[in-house]
Amino acid sequence: MTAPDPFLPQPWRVERRRRELIGAVTLELAPLAGARPDFAPGQFNMLYVFGVGEVAISLSGDAERGTTFVHTLRNVGAVSGALTALQVGASVGVRGPFGRGWPLAEAEGADVLLVAGGLGLAPLRPALYAILARRERYGRVVIMVGSRSPEDILYRRELEHWRRRPDLEVLLTVDHADADWRGHVGVVPALIPHAGLDPAETLALVCGPEVMMRFTANALLAAGIRPERIHLSMERNMKCAVGQCGHCQFGPFFVCKDGPVLRYDRIGTILAVPEI
Amino acid sequence: MDALPTTTTAAVLDRDGLQALIEALAARGFRVLGPLVRDEAIVYDEIAGVADLPAGWTDRQGPGQYRLERRDDQALFGFAAAPQSWKRFLHPPVETLWRVRQGEGGLLFSTAAEATPRYAFLGVRACDLHAIAIQDRVLCEGDYRDDAYARRRRGAFIVALNCSEAGDTCFCVSMGSGPKAAGAFDLALTELLDERRHEFLVEVGSAAGGEVLASLPQRAALDADRAAAAAVVERTAGRMGRQLDTAGLQALLQDNPEHPRWDEVAERCLSCANCTMVCPTCFCTTVEDHSDLAGGSAERVRLWDSCFTLDFSYIHGGSVRQTDKGRYRQWMTHKLSTWFDQFGSSGCVGCGRCITWCPVGIDITEEAAAIRATPHVQGGSHGES
Repeated sequence: MTAPDPFLPQPWRVERRRRELIGAVTLELAPLAGARPDFAPGQFNMLYVFGVGEVAISLSGDAERGTTFVHTLRNVGAVSGALTALQVGASVGVRGPFGRGWPLAEAEGADVLLVAGGLGLAPLRPALYAILARRERYGRVVIMVGSRSPEDILYRRELEHWRRRPDLEVLLTVDHADADWRGHVGVVPALIPHAGLDPAETLALVCGPEVMMRFTANALLAAGIRPERIHLSMERNMKCAVGQCGHCQFGPFFVCKDGPVLRYDRIGTILAVPEI
Repeated sequence: MDALPTTTTAAVLDRDGLQALIEALAARGFRVLGPLVRDEAIVYDEIAGVADLPAGWTDRQGPGQYRLERRDDQALFGFAAAPQSWKRFLHPPVETLWRVRQGEGGLLFSTAAEATPRYAFLGVRACDLHAIAIQDRVLCEGDYRDDAYARRRRGAFIVALNCSEAGDTCFCVSMGSGPKAAGAFDLALTELLDERRHEFLVEVGSAAGGEVLASLPQRAALDADRAAAAAVVERTAGRMGRQLDTAGLQALLQDNPEHPRWDEVAERCLSCANCTMVCPTCFCTTVEDHSDLAGGSAERVRLWDSCFTLDFSYIHGGSVRQTDKGRYRQWMTHKLSTWFDQFGSSGCVGCGRCITWCPVGIDITEEAAAIRATPHVQGGSHGES
């Protein structure tokens, strides 16, 4: 049996492009041939822009609906800049999906807390879609989102929509409020002590900048949530996405194949050490 | 490689027999690579016969030091690990992965698969044999396989070499990887050289090896020949220039990421990446995308990379490992510790190349011993999974 070459991208096409925030867009990609492969919430793809390069981007669409790959990304470098500049009809290379995603089966029966910092909401959104598709299998579902300012809140209309659902609690906080802001002000870990979480029942899914995840994990531990029930989506440099280029090593883990979602009890010690 | 025969057969070749071996491999379509002297070093490259081998040469190695010297005999393999390993043939420093063209309907990707070279490696030492097995685990035995590597590997004919010399930076005995080649070869040579003879005991490790050996002028191996070969290996094992205490090393290094020794070694380390380039197990690569001037086509090229470069760990906002301390710690901890978590073995085979080729002579055995001498355990678990 010959496995497909894991290094060879497949040609996909930009079907839709939506501007989300300053410098951030959502691209919907459709395959030029064949169907969209299955993916699990929390997995990522390697997206290639002709002549520029390739970068790892989380999947942020619904894993159970649609025929496209949805990616929300920000312009933070040459490749992501070229990706955010792509227009409808443009051709891109796609490899993936790769990695281990959120532990949604393990979360069944539990209260689920999703904590997002900034664009970290993008990799969490497929988890939320999956939970809402089988809402009855989960206990309380709380989503906390921290953003720099009200204009920086990702998926804001969708969050407003979710906020109106009786079976979902949405807590938003911003670092810097404006005159119209009526919500919380401050960093996202500060929301945790006031959420009335039942620590024995709660499983936490966290994605955001590493420093935000470190503080969030500490706040979750302080709230009594066990380390093995805290899951973080890590980010490291990646070239191959299949555990062979070495770049994404994080202590004993390859973020690309052991992660990107890693359990806190396994990474807490090294997360606290600079430059691991 | 095909299955090992149940009994090891052996024969004895003289120099003419060794010449016949090289010719027999070439006649079977292999590109025969072996040691030769070039640029004042032993390098591995294409050889046509015994005359190309480094007869009468040895090397003097030490931390940051490598010199070729004349021997007082005509030994063909009387030196220790050469600067390059066989990695450069199986996992080449530069390799085109794929090409892409801008087509009418979109991008057209195609693999850059080239004809797989069929290599015969002459003189693969036990440490390097272990290193090849380690790279097999990294590149072939996970969920994803590097097919081009796997094809080169499968096609290779390996003539191993049981070492008759140990260098000052060798420590394969500590790593359990030498100096005797254990399996995973087609043929294995031991050089038998004294006033009375210059011969090679040849052991068979595969059916392909047996077939080649059967075609060569030889004489049957006597018990005395086997005993002489065993004595060569035993003498080499007793002459290791270095040793490394590996007991508990996996936990020791992961438990000591803030040991002051990392700061101390960082004062000496130049982050030059030499150790990773000469290491026979270091597998890290990066990729470059090259496009033509007209912008109609591009290709993706994979190159050896090193965890000692700042770019290696770059993510938006800056590199994860900004300091020499962070980078040296990553390299050594990976090599001696986290490699076990990832691939079930040490990433070090004790070849000593990283010591010899470090321009400031940093010695991995000395660094590990220093941390062992004064462990500063911070507590907590170490990457159990």
